[in-house]
Amino acid sequence: MSEHAEIATPPTSVDLQQILRDAEIQPVIDSLDEELVGLAPVKARIRDIAAFLVVSRARSQLGLESGTPSLHMCFTGNPGTGKTTVAMRMAEILHRLGYVRKGHVVSVTRDDLVGQYIGHTAPKTKEVLKKAMGGVLFIDEAYYLYRPENERDYGQEAIEILLQVMENHRDDLVVILAGYKDRMDTFFRSNPGMSSRVAHHIDFPDYTETELVQIATRMVGTMNYRLDEEAQQTMAAYIQLRKQQPHFANARSIRNALDRARLRQANRIFRQAMEANTTVDAEALSTICAEDIRASRVFSGGLDA
Amino acid sequence: MKITQGQFSFLPDLTDDEIRAQVDYAISKGWALSVEWTDDPHPRNCYWNMWGIPMFEIRDGAAVLFEVNACRKAHAETYIKVNAFDNTRGVESMVMSFIVQRPAIEPGFGLQRTEEHGRTIRYTTHSYAATRPVGQRYG
Repeated sequence: MSEHAEIATPPTSVDLQQILRDAEIQPVIDSLDEELVGLAPVKARIRDIAAFLVVSRARSQLGLESGTPSLHMCFTGNPGTGKTTVAMRMAEILHRLGYVRKGHVVSVTRDDLVGQYIGHTAPKTKEVLKKAMGGVLFIDEAYYLYRPENERDYGQEAIEILLQVMENHRDDLVVILAGYKDRMDTFFRSNPGMSSRVAHHIDFPDYTETELVQIATRMVGTMNYRLDEEAQQTMAAYIQLRKQQPHFANARSIRNALDRARLRQANRIFRQAMEANTTVDAEALSTICAEDIRASRVFSGGLDA
Repeated sequence: MKITQGQFSFLPDLTDDEIRAQVDYAISKGWALSVEWTDDPHPRNCYWNMWGIPMFEIRDGAAVLFEVNACRKAHAETYIKVNAFDNTRGVESMVMSFIVQRPAIEPGFGLQRTEEHGRTIRYTTHSYAATRPVGQRYG
């Protein structure tokens, strides 16, 4: 045995680019940029967080241990603004950087966490937490967990267990809370423990009308349809009208509108083919015309889902 | 006397990271994990107490470790084991089982001889710990 045994010294510099390349983060961020329309502030925040995680990784490689950063997040925004989609991407980023071991997303609401009778809540919440370990727990409309009007509500119990695990098992899972901004704020005000454990708050803005038209074009593209010239204009008009109506859920409303347009299109093609007794080509089968959208109740002052 | 039952029992006790690695292997095979504990270490005692219900649909070993730690807290001076059950048709049995906690002092077993007709002797083992009532056997 040599008396001058080599002592492993930590490296003195780290190549951030290398970490980025090894973790293959850039493709995820790029696909986030490409696949999601708008959401500029959200994308910027995600880039910030990714940079922070890369730097933390570099620090730990240099032996500058600062403990696992708190990664629990809160996504606020109106329905259909892409919170779930971004959560999926976030899980992927966290997984690639090694902050969660498996990188799956378990999406739950109050019903999955809170029990119906005394003693039911704790096992139920723990069950969900165990399923989420190694990945991301996405709690949609988290404020429903707290019902101040009923002091015997079991939601409080679920929150307490959640808090405990969020604190003690930071290496094992990341919790993302999601919901409307104002209600989430109230929820945090009445649960300071929760608020202090959530490090990153990201607000999802509503889409503008041009962005919504862009989203519609992409959605039909992924469904292997296309909107013809006139249909695009009609879609823009539809969006403008629909936005004024109650229960407008951004991208989700667009998806629903397109689904209904597809139904009408199928109906139209079928009728035309029957009347003319002709065959239909791929072009006709994949084109959504203005009249398919125009038939919506929104244009006659009615309500659409 | 260190009791040797199940897998890895001739090795030093597994660390938490080693337990998690084993559990991750079981999860990768699609087996259901469960945690059991007992204070009666007789090798023929196949009825250990269940700690919660078996865990299905978990994705990471941390979940099992979470339950093991909860069980350790509640039953400090007992034996705890982790089992993996393979529900493949035709297998349907425990495929892994290993001890993850043992009491600090394990008194071991005594050999009892019973004389029968002629000069026949029947042997049986008896756990010293089990002479005391449940709950007072260790610690």
